[in-house]
Amino acid sequence: MVRFLLFFFLLFSTGLASAAPDGRALFNQHCAACHGTEGRGGVGVPLSLPAFINSVSDEYLKRTIRHGRPGRIMPAFTRLSDAQVNAIVTYARSWTMVPAVEFNPAPIAGDRENGKVLFGQHCAQCHGDDGKGGKGTGVTFSRERDLPIIAPALNNSGFLASASDTMIKNTVMHGREGTPMASMLQVGLKEQEINDLVSYIRSFQERDSVDSDDDENETVIMVESPYDFDETIESLKTEIANNNFKLIRTDYLEHGFVEEGKENKKQVVLHFCNFNFLYQALAIDPRVGLFLPCRITVIEQDDKVLLMTINPMRLSHLFNNYDLDEACKKMTELYKAILEDATL
Amino acid sequence: MKLFLSKTLLLCLFISTHAAASDLIMARSTLSFSEAMTNLQVSLKEHGYTVARVQRIDVGLTGMGYKTDMYRIVFVGKADEIKYLVNKYPQMIPYMPPKVSVFAEGGDTLLVTANPSLFAHMVDDEKDKVIFERWESDVYSVFDDFRRAE
Repeated sequence: MVRFLLFFFLLFSTGLASAAPDGRALFNQHCAACHGTEGRGGVGVPLSLPAFINSVSDEYLKRTIRHGRPGRIMPAFTRLSDAQVNAIVTYARSWTMVPAVEFNPAPIAGDRENGKVLFGQHCAQCHGDDGKGGKGTGVTFSRERDLPIIAPALNNSGFLASASDTMIKNTVMHGREGTPMASMLQVGLKEQEINDLVSYIRSFQERDSVDSDDDENETVIMVESPYDFDETIESLKTEIANNNFKLIRTDYLEHGFVEEGKENKKQVVLHFCNFNFLYQALAIDPRVGLFLPCRITVIEQDDKVLLMTINPMRLSHLFNNYDLDEACKKMTELYKAILEDATL
Repeated sequence: MKLFLSKTLLLCLFISTHAAASDLIMARSTLSFSEAMTNLQVSLKEHGYTVARVQRIDVGLTGMGYKTDMYRIVFVGKADEIKYLVNKYPQMIPYMPPKVSVFAEGGDTLLVTANPSLFAHMVDDEKDKVIFERWESDVYSVFDDFRRAE
């Protein structure tokens, strides 16, 4: 038996080292949830759009997988092997069967000040002031389905680490057919002006997160109530309403897991919602529903009545979405306000 | 020795499959939303989990006049494990039971959940961390089922 297991262990170990990764399977596992089946887009960019995939280099795709887009949802896949990254890129190329373009990695010289002026005139309307990118996360809550792509954040450190100057220049010159990105040559810019634009884009600095230090945020927001269990629940209901939330339901923590009537009656969950806030949060990032609706749990334990809830600021980093940080910060403040008011 | 090798083999298999584990686990399926909901609930049940409740987020939003895609939150877990964890580690209560978001995107349906391994830092007993490793493995298995379903 031991020899049998050892044989399979060795076979498996050598197999790991020699078997070529399956790019399609890797794409489906790691990328398709956002980028759609066969790269047709969704929460993320439609990678299979010919005007996109045929105009970016393999190096750009590999670096994008490695660096991600800090604060713009796309995570950095640091734990994929080089062979796995290569396999994903090779699979992506199979969508159009067009060989990868290559770009000279040399920097492009230009007049940044003139580039800034031109950027304000021709680019900022879509890419935002200072290249912070368009708002929204995909064709769900935040974007109409007839828009194929969100203007990327050109100031993003992941983008700047992935795109060479010549690749950016190529995109600016020729645009992206099938997207709102127009050819600046057709708009009337001269090549030197496009070089100025590239030079300005290269000068963008990374944007900081509102609060990305997890250690500064506790995992759970918890307060002890000066009231008894039932009084605490009533006080909490009042303060939920006072803070413009609608109480949706009150049930036991064990509801649905144990036979009705046998739940622990000293573990009560209040579910509540501000639908406008919910709608806005889902528009920023539809995945955030994972921590919604709002809930505060009241428990009685060791003669103490405790109120506890999640800390949205602690969870914000999971989504890699800077726009969500503000909403999470606001939600943390609201939770704290409700808990404080309920236990005054 | 046999036990050790068996466990090592299983560990290798797990690591190779999910070497790039991430904080959020996501999956996409071309199943319609209602088919996807059924598929998810069947798969969860087959893996030994109880669906305690389904929160219909879209119904609440629509009722308040907001335009939205279909969106559900599935509260899921194993009763004995959740009871054990919240009794031993009350600070876990706000995160229990675990949830899976299910939402439509065009004709596709997406699943999102937090990687259960994220909860492991909230327990100090090493043997309890195994629970989260098992949950993580089960989530990947359920989501793989979901991806493969047609």
